[in-house]
Amino acid sequence: MALLELGQYGFVIVLLMIGLYVLIARDNLVKKMMGLGIFQAAIILLYISMAKVRGGTAPILIEGGGDVVYSNPLPHVLMLTAIVVAVATTGLGLAIIVRIFESYGTIEESELRELDRSSDKADRGAR
Amino acid sequence: MPTDPNIALAVGLPLAGALAIASTGRWPNLRETLMLVTALATFGVVLGFLDPVLAGERPGFTLFEVFPGIPLAFQIEPLGMLYALVASGLWIPTALYSIGYCREHGEKHQTRFYACFAVAIFAALGIAFSRNLLTLFFFYEILTFSTYPLVTHSGSDAARRAGRTYLGILLSTSVGFLLLAILITWQLTNTVEFQPGGILAGRADGPVAMGLLALYVFGAGKAALMPFHRWLPAAMVAPTPVSALLHAVAVVKAGVFTILKVVVYIFGIDFLAETGASVWLRYVAAFTLLAASIIALSKDNLKARLAYSTVSQLAYIVLGAALATGAGVIGGGMHIAMHAMGKITLFFCAGAILVAAHKTKVSELDGIGRAMPFTMGAFALGSMSIIGLPPMGGAWSKTLLALGAAEGHDVIFVGVLMLSSLLSLGYLAPIVGRAFLFPQPHPAAHPGESATPEPSGSRLREAPLLCVVPLCATAIGCVVLFFSAEAIYDLLRAIHPGP
Amino acid sequence: MSEHLPALQVVLPLVSAALCLVLRRAFVVRVFATAVAWACFAIALALLARVEAGGPISYALGGWAPPLGIEYRVDSLNAYVLVIVTAIAAAVFPFPLRGREVRIPRSRHFLFYASLLLALTGLLGIAITGDLFNVFVFLEISSLAAYTLVSLGRDRRALSAAFSYLVMGSLGAGFILIGIGLAYQMTGTLNMADLAVRLDPVRDTRTVWMAFAFLIVGTGIKLAVFPLHQWLPNAYTYAPSLVAGFLSATATKVAFYFLARLVFTVFGVAFAFESMGLGAVLLPASVAALFVGSIAAAYQTDLKRLLAYSSIAQIGYMTLGLALLEERALTGSLLHLFNHALIKGGLFLAAGCVVFRLRSSALADMRGLARRMPLTAMAIVVGGLGLVGVPGTAGFVSKWYLVGGALEGGHLLVAFLLLASSLVAAIYVWKVVEVMIARDGPEPEVRCEAPASMWVPTWALIGASLYFGLQPQWSIGIASQAARSLLAGAP
Repeated sequence: MALLELGQYGFVIVLLMIGLYVLIARDNLVKKMMGLGIFQAAIILLYISMAKVRGGTAPILIEGGGDVVYSNPLPHVLMLTAIVVAVATTGLGLAIIVRIFESYGTIEESELRELDRSSDKADRGAR
Repeated sequence: MPTDPNIALAVGLPLAGALAIASTGRWPNLRETLMLVTALATFGVVLGFLDPVLAGERPGFTLFEVFPGIPLAFQIEPLGMLYALVASGLWIPTALYSIGYCREHGEKHQTRFYACFAVAIFAALGIAFSRNLLTLFFFYEILTFSTYPLVTHSGSDAARRAGRTYLGILLSTSVGFLLLAILITWQLTNTVEFQPGGILAGRADGPVAMGLLALYVFGAGKAALMPFHRWLPAAMVAPTPVSALLHAVAVVKAGVFTILKVVVYIFGIDFLAETGASVWLRYVAAFTLLAASIIALSKDNLKARLAYSTVSQLAYIVLGAALATGAGVIGGGMHIAMHAMGKITLFFCAGAILVAAHKTKVSELDGIGRAMPFTMGAFALGSMSIIGLPPMGGAWSKTLLALGAAEGHDVIFVGVLMLSSLLSLGYLAPIVGRAFLFPQPHPAAHPGESATPEPSGSRLREAPLLCVVPLCATAIGCVVLFFSAEAIYDLLRAIHPGP
Repeated sequence: MSEHLPALQVVLPLVSAALCLVLRRAFVVRVFATAVAWACFAIALALLARVEAGGPISYALGGWAPPLGIEYRVDSLNAYVLVIVTAIAAAVFPFPLRGREVRIPRSRHFLFYASLLLALTGLLGIAITGDLFNVFVFLEISSLAAYTLVSLGRDRRALSAAFSYLVMGSLGAGFILIGIGLAYQMTGTLNMADLAVRLDPVRDTRTVWMAFAFLIVGTGIKLAVFPLHQWLPNAYTYAPSLVAGFLSATATKVAFYFLARLVFTVFGVAFAFESMGLGAVLLPASVAALFVGSIAAAYQTDLKRLLAYSSIAQIGYMTLGLALLEERALTGSLLHLFNHALIKGGLFLAAGCVVFRLRSSALADMRGLARRMPLTAMAIVVGGLGLVGVPGTAGFVSKWYLVGGALEGGHLLVAFLLLASSLVAAIYVWKVVEVMIARDGPEPEVRCEAPASMWVPTWALIGASLYFGLQPQWSIGIASQAARSLLAGAP
């Protein structure tokens, strides 16, 4: 019973973990951004899921309605902002990835790390 | 506490002198005249405080507040007066001596040398006149940093390594132990001001006092108490005038002065005697005393031997403080002056020998007394003071220390003091003896000697005049101090009024 | 006008950022941005004066009353942080942006300054707002601007550093958002003062525990507290020195401010330390940060990377004071916010001077710098002494209070470790000093000091660190007042 009631949180947690896993485990930078996106989407779903009130109707004020239960519109509003933030983050991340590709020639994290390490070694060796 | 702005003048003059020296680097004669004028003026101002302090006044001056309730402030009391007189007074002969040494030896970067010297004296006076632990710590660190360029003066790899040892040990002990001790004191008593009779009575019990004392004593790394003494022999790589003033007078004296001041004005002699918090220190100091003397016996390099002798002599002062008796503390304070005068003479002589005869080892000094009679004569006088023989000043301070030991029924330390006198005889007397009594080595007989051939026969080849005059002056000073010991005793007696 | 000062503090840089897009010329934009920074500084000082005179200011944004509307709430802690951030901005913005450090051409510099002003907006917004979600919004504004600024470094490693920073920062922001959501769910309010009241009855629910945990970890990532510090070294090393100076002196400080707000004002000391055991986690983490940061710094061969690792250690000092929970220690933390901002900002600007002349920030290239660039070298020495905490510098003042606070709480070992870490700091500072005063530098040994436009801002900050080391009455006064009000739990 309790599990069903908390189902949406379980869903959110699963999405969070998928997002986090993709972010950490995948080598390709674009896939990492996708993971981050899934992570952010999970958080958005968390907020939206908490907005629904049992027996609540859409939060549009009914004239002369009397005792009406409305769902909470605030989390939706907050999440509009959060979506904007997520979009901006994704955009910026992808822009950086484009630049990385131009400079390094690859967008695989392991290769990037190798290239960086050899740059570091070159720096140290030149002294 | 009467306010006397002359205190700021006394402390500030060397700093102003440093600036003057730094800006007149291009005209050596002007630069050196300015240095001498500053030294004389500083000593003059400091001397002006002697009479009021003898009369019982304690003039002070507050600079500005740093932390709430804790200002940078000065106040003159007998111990500080003595240290200030020693530091500012001995700056004069050292200034003369370093002019002679640097010119004869062709030292580079003389402007930086003299300027850092002046800043070091500024710091020493700041320490001497400090009214609270914050001021003392502030100037203590300035002293460390201002003497670093002097230690690494020659710029060689050895000098730089020595500088790293110097800075490493002094900073570790001052930040790791001394600052911690100051903050603990602040935590216990809510003040860091020096007060007659100490501030810890009733706020700290035996074990806490013991631990705190340990932090202070090892925190004052400049006192070269074993095992934090390595910086002193390492710093011998510096030119001799540096070794002379800073390591025989200003820097090491700052360390033992800190210990004495803390013992008298933070702990209080009676508090220490009651709680027995310094008993362990007596043994540590005694160990340093004897061990350093024994090491000195084994050193052939003259400056190294003198360095370890200093470590040993400093332990005398720490022992005096640890005895927790009036005579012990006063004896320790007096020894600041006596040892300063004696040791500076010895270092001046070492430098003169280096400059005139290019010799650094004791084994090379046979018969040099004939070529350099003034130098070795002064060396003999200085040695007698260090050994503690009358009519040199050292005799009085050693006697007082022995009295202090006996007063506290610590007869073993009387024995320690006697043993160390014998040891110092062992490492100093042969130098004098061989210099005068042994014949000069024939150049052919010692093929492994230094390149400079020694003229057979006793031709006079003394050090330059500017070197010889100061060292003779300080040697005579040792004799003078013997006769003025009573005046010093009167000055210091005020710190432990009692039966 | 003056009653809208709190809003103006944020609106001014925000609108100016947009205006930068109109002003195309690089020099004009730089002057404009500096003027805006100075104006913000003036506003922050005015706010501080008002708070000191009349107590906390509450400003309802748009006239909507809190707790439903967004409230800007300025008390002594906020005002202090605002002054710090704007002062750093005022000193750092005039620093010229030279081609050697930034990979964008002069024709695009206006975009750089737009980002810089956006970062400033975000940081000021976090400090001034009293609404939790508003904090998230401003946090993301400042972070996105920061990612951009970091990525503009000349070295291509700036890009990978910026990407890592972006990923970790977004994770942190995500955690903070989850925490906010959970807290909102339990109380129905986003206003921090209101939350403090409404959290009381529901404090012992799992949801609130999770909210706290998420918020603290998320803030910890932004604060770069050990072990969440991985993004910092690369980001500060490869970012342009101007950016590194600005961010190192402000971004982590504001994150610390937010942490303090959460712990003391929103959740309360009892909950944070007793129920959640924050002290047990934060104290060892801080001590670890002290040593990991300092020891790592001692091994570095690049000046900027050395400074970056040093920052990790210095952040450890700040969180340590918070973890100790003594008034004196907390005062020390807050003092260190200010003092470290001055010192590290100045040091990074000095590094900028070095990079400008030497085209490199490697220590090996800096041999004999004391002769070639005496002013810059002197600034590095003085700043370094401040990092060690030599008396007479601002660093000493914070150490005095931090160690004193540790002793006050009876933590003798912590006090000793604090001082020991200063000694490790002395090692890496002295390493730099020795290199700079070495005689065997590369030829030519010509005096080629950095231009005045560079060393003046550097010395403004370093000189301030000396001044506030000898005359710290102002900073001690505010910091202790803020610490007291935090510990009293005043919302």
